[in-house]
Amino acid sequence: MSLLEVSNLRVSFPTADGVVQAVRGVSFSVDSGKTIGIVGESGSGKTVLTQTLLGLAPGGEVSGRAMFDGADLLSLDPAHLRRIRGAEIAVIFQDPLTSLHPLYRVGWQISEMIRAHEKSVTKKQAHERAIEMLGRVGIPQPRQRVNDYPHQFSGGMRQRAMIAMALSLSPKLIIADEPTTALDATVQAQILDLLLRLQQESGTALIMITHDLGVVADIADDVMVMYAGRAAEKASKHDIFYAAHHPYTKGLLESIPNSSAAEDRLKPITGQPPSLINLPSGCAFHPRCRYVMDRCLTDQPNLVQVSESGTHLSACWLPAAAAGTAEAAEAIRRRAVLTGRNADSARIAEAIAERPEAEGSVIA
Amino acid sequence: MTGPITPETAQVDPWPTDADLTDDVLVRVENLVKHFPVKGSGLVSRTIGQVQAVDGVSLTVRRGQTLGLVGETGCGKSTLARCIAGLLPATSGKVYFEGKDITNLPRRKMQPFRRDIQMIFQDPYGALNPRRRVGSIIGDPFAIHKTATGAARKKAVQELMERVGLNPEHYNRFPAEFSGGQRQRIGVARALALRPKLIICDEPVSALDVSIQAQVLNLLADLQKDFGLAYLFIAHDLEVVRHVSESVVVMYLGKVAEVGPKNPVYDTPRHPYTAALLSAAPAADPEAAASRQRIILSGDVPSPINPPSGCRFHPRCPKAQERCATEVPELEVKAGDMPTHLTTCHFPVQAGEILARSGRAPRGEAR
Amino acid sequence: MSLSELEFQAQTLGAAPAQAIEGRSQWRLTWARLRRDKMAVASMIVIIVIAILALLAPVFASLLHHGPNQVFPNSGLSSTGGPVSPGTNGFYFGTDELGRDLLVRVLYGARISLFVGITTTAIATVAGVAVGLISGFFGGLVDAVLARFIDTVLAFPFLVLALSLAVVFGPSLTIVIAVISFFSWAAISRIVRGQALSLKENQYIEAARSLGASPWRIMFIDILPNIMAPVLVLATLSIPAAIVFEATLSFLGLGVQPPTASWGNILAGAQSYYQIAWWYLVFPAGALLITTLAFNLLGDGVRDALDPRTERIFAARKKRRRRIWAGGPAAVGIESLVAPSTDGPEEA
Repeated sequence: MSLLEVSNLRVSFPTADGVVQAVRGVSFSVDSGKTIGIVGESGSGKTVLTQTLLGLAPGGEVSGRAMFDGADLLSLDPAHLRRIRGAEIAVIFQDPLTSLHPLYRVGWQISEMIRAHEKSVTKKQAHERAIEMLGRVGIPQPRQRVNDYPHQFSGGMRQRAMIAMALSLSPKLIIADEPTTALDATVQAQILDLLLRLQQESGTALIMITHDLGVVADIADDVMVMYAGRAAEKASKHDIFYAAHHPYTKGLLESIPNSSAAEDRLKPITGQPPSLINLPSGCAFHPRCRYVMDRCLTDQPNLVQVSESGTHLSACWLPAAAAGTAEAAEAIRRRAVLTGRNADSARIAEAIAERPEAEGSVIA
Repeated sequence: MTGPITPETAQVDPWPTDADLTDDVLVRVENLVKHFPVKGSGLVSRTIGQVQAVDGVSLTVRRGQTLGLVGETGCGKSTLARCIAGLLPATSGKVYFEGKDITNLPRRKMQPFRRDIQMIFQDPYGALNPRRRVGSIIGDPFAIHKTATGAARKKAVQELMERVGLNPEHYNRFPAEFSGGQRQRIGVARALALRPKLIICDEPVSALDVSIQAQVLNLLADLQKDFGLAYLFIAHDLEVVRHVSESVVVMYLGKVAEVGPKNPVYDTPRHPYTAALLSAAPAADPEAAASRQRIILSGDVPSPINPPSGCRFHPRCPKAQERCATEVPELEVKAGDMPTHLTTCHFPVQAGEILARSGRAPRGEAR
Repeated sequence: MSLSELEFQAQTLGAAPAQAIEGRSQWRLTWARLRRDKMAVASMIVIIVIAILALLAPVFASLLHHGPNQVFPNSGLSSTGGPVSPGTNGFYFGTDELGRDLLVRVLYGARISLFVGITTTAIATVAGVAVGLISGFFGGLVDAVLARFIDTVLAFPFLVLALSLAVVFGPSLTIVIAVISFFSWAAISRIVRGQALSLKENQYIEAARSLGASPWRIMFIDILPNIMAPVLVLATLSIPAAIVFEATLSFLGLGVQPPTASWGNILAGAQSYYQIAWWYLVFPAGALLITTLAFNLLGDGVRDALDPRTERIFAARKKRRRRIWAGGPAAVGIESLVAPSTDGPEEA
């Protein structure tokens, strides 16, 4: 039984320019003590996904289910949801300067949160717990610093304070939305290290949202790669990095210097992410896909198993064996494309090849 | 070659390849210092301190090659770049371009050098004037230096647009109509207009999506080959720097921590900070990530207003000893290193040495 | 061509056929938005009508055979010696106490008002933008001096100065224009200075410097286009202020002197007669009211048209809004006009 099980989540927002389909049918699950990395670029829907789980994205039309500890988060009333937020599911945001209230002392913010959820705790007790939490996250001299304001902390310290706040009620699940993007590399290492240590100590589940595959390579157990509001690929960390099936995942790895799949010359993914209002037909990735076939233009692929273990899923029409960067896999892809590509997709492939960044790396 | 390099004793370019190829040196920076005064608040604002953004940095950029400049917040890399480009006046020290002293030149005297030294900026949304058309923006260098007018200028601009992967028919569009990656290309086109010899790239891909980063990096690599450009490539992402540079300078709090050709620096870092930075840089490769040594530093990067005494890294250094708090280490070659690999450290990292270990249980990589 | 390929083409770069691709400039978009604003369009029409009438004032005068300063003691005055009411003897607006045709006088007054409004605004804008740009961009000592100067001018009691000047030099139209310009430029200057100070920090200014652009080039080619929006609004709103100011001065006898007609001095005369001749008050006052109202509404319309965020707020109020877009209603003020909308595809 997973701690959190999301089924077929869909979120869309009506705007002046049209309906933005931010999340288009995403399912995933998280177990206690494990970390899932949700990877995606801008417009992939990863932030909207987790915000919706906690009711933090108002104005959207939501459908699907999110079973957390027996209750469907999406159908809870606001009061119930508020009780869960903070106590059972905690969120760490990207920029602690804007997510910590600048006008209140840090210690006060933590103790207020504790007391809001546990009514029996006195002010003094909550204050002591806040000091203890600050110490646990590695803030030096917590007894003095508990009375400081957020702007008196450095970036790394602020993020630690946010983690302290997130952990103060011993939640079962932590959602970390790009928690280290704004931090320096050495500070990022500290924060990731801290998160993992605390997770191991208390068995908390962790959802790590990031665009940085390096962070995922470091701390995730499982990975879900999102593109244009849908899951492109879901697999264990090893499979994602060494046996990537979806061309988007493969493309990402090939375009990052020194990744598991990169060569001397980076092979960028051509084109741009699609508009979420006017999505391409069929597979949303087809206008940028080296292996585009006719079927990709018309049918949207669902997640299918591509490995025997059943834990590696990919939403792509290429054969299941075409995973990873080995020559054999590439040969399978080429064969599939040769049979599956006719006039329609050939034209798209040509257009892709003509883009200056493609450098002719399209399967013709 | 051992011993510290000073301007007086340096007759040889610190990084010779086979012979003394000083005519191959494009930019030489000697002991550049840039301090910003901190004004106290009061009726009459007095200077109560100095932000020591850059505190004695020397480096060399060679023709047609890329020097990577890495460091975290507060290390002074952006300030250094702007001093070299003449956008900020240096407090002391010298910048030589092709042998000529261009330190703190007045604008008119600096003008001819501006054709040879260009810059690409980090923010694709802020680096282009939103109220000007793209053709006008890219044509700015031609207008300012009066090298082409009218139809000739338009043609040159459209050629540039094509060269960087933009559609020349978009000549009359505004920056808002382009994506971030395309705007960065516009910036590249603008920098390329007068065929400079050096382009200073200040974090050119940090603000871009991963898939777009690769496009821009490939473009920069191609342009370097075609036009023989030299790059001073500033970034905080070590993997990107490794990919594009031949030599690397690691900066910490306004000083050079380590400098040298990239492979020695990346494979056998001698400065503990370099080692920590390398271990912290997230690599998109789980096996590599799991097998590397995790050096977790304590504390945050200190402020450049009151830098620590002696070696500036000593409060966070896993190898710090008494000497480090009192004596500033010199930039010199350590035993066993190539003559072009220099480090400022009293107790450099030895081969096979284990530095501080993190308290985290190791994660298995294969599942 | 299949549907998917059409969609694909719509998304790729440079897929448009080989026609010249025109950028959608801010001004084109602004004009389109302005045209959609009914109140602004109505105001524009009113202003154009007033301007035409003012230009054609001499034509009206000759058609009616009533000069603006021509006195008609017989046909223009009633049997008791007071002004005649509108409609009698061919005086469509009635007459004043000297039997002069009020319609013609009001039309001539419009000429004065519009002339003063436009020239003073033009002078104030040019001077204000120049000083503001120089002060804000150069900073340092130049800014310290100029900013203090601007503050001093703004702190001045306008009327007192006008009074003194009128006493010293004798009241005239020139004095009016000088005084109004002198006080209007400072307000524009302060806004321009503020914008220049903040725009200076943008990276594209740094880029221009790195290219070797001279400070003057940067000021006029890079900064000026970015401040035109608030300047335009301020200028449009300065015109009615100037018109009222002129009317005030003339009313007090410090501006346009009788017999030359100005709405202000007509109203001055009307003070004593409005109880028996309502038209003497109503028509010039009404003209003043309509003119200033039209300019003010136009100014509001221009401000709304220049700020793209206002449009989105109104559109989104009809439907529910996405939280991710610039949260909360944008402060519809002049400062918001300078920040360009930066919604690129990178917005999540």
